[in-house]
Amino acid sequence: MPYTYNTPAQQDEMLQAIGADSIDELFDSIPEAMKLGRPLLIPPALGELELTAHMQELARQNSNITDNVCFLGAGSYDHFVPAVIDTIASRGEFYTSYTPYQPEVSQGNLQVMFEYQTLICQLTGMDVSNASLYDGGSAAVEAMLMAVSITRRHNRVLVLESVHPEYRQILETYFTTIGTEVVTLSSPDQLSESLDETTAAVLMQSPNFFGNVEDISAIAEQVHQAGALLVCSVDPISLGILKRPGDAGVDIVVAEGQSLGTPLLYGGPYLGIMACREEFVRRLPGRIAGQTVDQDGNRCWVLTLQTREQHIRREKATSNICTNQGLFALRAAIYLSVMGPQGMRNVADLCLQKAHYAHQQLTQLDRFEAVGEQPFFKEFVVRDKQNDVAGLLDKGEDFNIFAGVALGKWYPQYEDCLLIAVTEKRTIDEINQLVEVLGS
Amino acid sequence: MRNNHSTQLIFELSTTGRTGVQLPACDVPQQEIEQLIPAALLQSEAPDLPEVTEPEVVRHFTNLSTLNMSVDTHYYPLGSCTMKYNPKRNERIAAWDGFAQLHPYQSDESVQGMLQLLWKLQQMLGEISGLPAVSLQPAAGAHGELAALMVAAAYFHQQGETRSKVLAPDSAHGTNPASARMAGFDFVTIRSQADGRVDLEHLKENLGDDTAVFMITNPSTLGLFDDQVQLIADLVHEAGGLIYLDGANMNAILGISRPGDFGADMMHFNPHKTFSGPHGGGGPGAGPICMTETLRPFLPNPTVTFCDETQTYYLDHGTQESIGRVRSFFGNVGVLIRAYCYIRTHGPEGLRRVSETAVLNANYLLSQVKGFLGVPHGDRCMHEFVASAVSVKESTGLKQPAMQIAKRLLDYGFHPPTVYFPLTVPEGMMMEPTETESKQTLDAFAETLQTILQEPIETLNNAPHSTHIRRPDEVMAARQPIVKWTETAD
Repeated sequence: MPYTYNTPAQQDEMLQAIGADSIDELFDSIPEAMKLGRPLLIPPALGELELTAHMQELARQNSNITDNVCFLGAGSYDHFVPAVIDTIASRGEFYTSYTPYQPEVSQGNLQVMFEYQTLICQLTGMDVSNASLYDGGSAAVEAMLMAVSITRRHNRVLVLESVHPEYRQILETYFTTIGTEVVTLSSPDQLSESLDETTAAVLMQSPNFFGNVEDISAIAEQVHQAGALLVCSVDPISLGILKRPGDAGVDIVVAEGQSLGTPLLYGGPYLGIMACREEFVRRLPGRIAGQTVDQDGNRCWVLTLQTREQHIRREKATSNICTNQGLFALRAAIYLSVMGPQGMRNVADLCLQKAHYAHQQLTQLDRFEAVGEQPFFKEFVVRDKQNDVAGLLDKGEDFNIFAGVALGKWYPQYEDCLLIAVTEKRTIDEINQLVEVLGS
Repeated sequence: MRNNHSTQLIFELSTTGRTGVQLPACDVPQQEIEQLIPAALLQSEAPDLPEVTEPEVVRHFTNLSTLNMSVDTHYYPLGSCTMKYNPKRNERIAAWDGFAQLHPYQSDESVQGMLQLLWKLQQMLGEISGLPAVSLQPAAGAHGELAALMVAAAYFHQQGETRSKVLAPDSAHGTNPASARMAGFDFVTIRSQADGRVDLEHLKENLGDDTAVFMITNPSTLGLFDDQVQLIADLVHEAGGLIYLDGANMNAILGISRPGDFGADMMHFNPHKTFSGPHGGGGPGAGPICMTETLRPFLPNPTVTFCDETQTYYLDHGTQESIGRVRSFFGNVGVLIRAYCYIRTHGPEGLRRVSETAVLNANYLLSQVKGFLGVPHGDRCMHEFVASAVSVKESTGLKQPAMQIAKRLLDYGFHPPTVYFPLTVPEGMMMEPTETESKQTLDAFAETLQTILQEPIETLNNAPHSTHIRRPDEVMAARQPIVKWTETAD
């Protein structure tokens, strides 16, 4: 037993104090018929050395993106993570603490939450942010639930097909259960005919799943004319150069915050960002830190507006969520602090330039053609005229390149297409090699 | 000596022109941004973020960290949260490139080690719960509850049944009723008896052909094993409903009793509690769910499957019956890796001893405090117990004794127990020592509690005395919410 202290002698002392003859006796309240009565059928215990060796063996069977060049994106991106983030986030005072129920001894976490909320507002141009949700996908759906509850239009919501397919799947899962219809639109052009006075909200994404930058303001105008709300999922890195969603008329902004200082982690844990207009603050799901003063008049922070939450409101709560992603909100706060205005602009520009270089080089090859003419940010779609996306990906892997994400499994019309992401980490040599391998 | 300068807000440390990063020069031919993206879609200026250097950032956040209590620094008997030690080996392993630097859309062939780990974790959780059909996707316990209730809804729908009600006892976590509502059910509260067990008569009155699920936390939030659980399960099953077990308290019964063996049809684990994933200042957690074989087709996808023929692991995107996704990508894999390491470190005997020690520690602490603090639900408990400071209220006239004792504990360097939960115990103080605390620590904690109760009332009224801040005005925070910094906020 690696993590317990009490010696057999101490255990006896403790049992004596309790007035029990044995530890088994402490489990007398469990009827014998409900006891397992045999050891669990799981592998035997491993010491730290054996565990390390076993885990190394498992890790070796994974091809990681340090040893391979990563052009995969689609909602999870290989951005640079400054060392300060790991150093600070691995402090036990941060990662072994819990939800700040006792504000007097949680000012560190509470202030981080407050700073995180402010940084997210600065980045998105929104009025208020919560202290984070699980991930970008569930945040998008929580925002749509919030929009339904604000508008009291329980009939239907609209979602653009260019929203991350997995986010749309989560939306389907949640909304099928509560009986709200989800209508998927193949283009923003369909909005005018689809929006009506029973529509609660529209979910869009920009840059969208294909990497294209949408005209959010134009969509917002249409949505608002119908009295519906606009929920927009954004790429936080793109906000180094793109118009802030708060300035473009978005009502609730959500984002996958992984790009802000969190490694890929095979998909999680990540960070669900959510920010909204001031008037909706009491409808926000999740934790919120607020500023106040203590009895000596010192500025300090507490969890606030808790009457929205499940531990007070139970079945009437705005959401069932009872945690935030504290450690990843911390990582995002550190990331945005070290990057600052110029760093964010710089990283966004590097992504933009490199993605366009890669796009240009690839579409110059006979084998590939561009798809669509919309502007894009750090990710784009190319069509393989030979219709062999799987073959291309295999070939890439032969050269230690993860070349892109095949779109066919979500979009039959793009069965011959590849989604390629280029972050600031990719060098010109790596891009040239991608072009060479895919073109050969 | 506290560094109060560095704990100013990061925005107040900002100086125009500073930065904390240096990115490489652009190595591809550069184009004007406006040539690539229409100006109308661009922000003309850089985001309005603070401008600070790397050393400032390090000093700022490091100083902030010292304002927290944590498991690494303090005894943290926060009931229902299982604040056990977070093994450092698990942190190191989870950060290896072979686990942390994997993209969720890599091919299954390129992540065989990861898939093997996740598959084995599914198997182990199935064995520990006695419920073999497992999905690792939910991102937290509450998320697992919601996903499982969606599974129940899909199951009944497929059976052609309309069942609209989810029931749970009044002692349940607030997430239970909130999850039920989000899954589209009406929620009914079932009373507890004075001894903390479910009031069977009240349950029977409410069971019917509209009963979908009865949610039970067993051991309960009072730290008691409800020995009626099998009977409850029989009643609910007879009415055609399902039993959901809130697995928040699994730390009490690992290897001793399995929910699948006492009537549960579905449950979630909290790996960040039971299997030592750190709490991260409020997250991330994970909320894997385990079910009977009957419910397997409805699980959220993907799950991991092993193909005997090719001897490989692959992501299984499920059947038509699946409720679909509840989260993007696979799930909170980083937390699951730590859970896997924890279970492998302990093995069958070790896991059983975790629960035995947790229960021994809780009973010992109970025996040490019952002399001066009421423990309304008896002399024995499982992994936690709920004391009540009601008698203190009577003897001293303190208005909110549980809260006042909690605040005074901070002065002595202890994180307080969970107070005022469950709602069924007046002035409740829910204490969960966990297995990773020594007798000496428990003794010191009990002695401190006793000392506090002998202190003058004013000492408690004004507590805490020694913390960085004291008694923040929460009412003001809620009435005039300031939820972000602005230049004029002060």
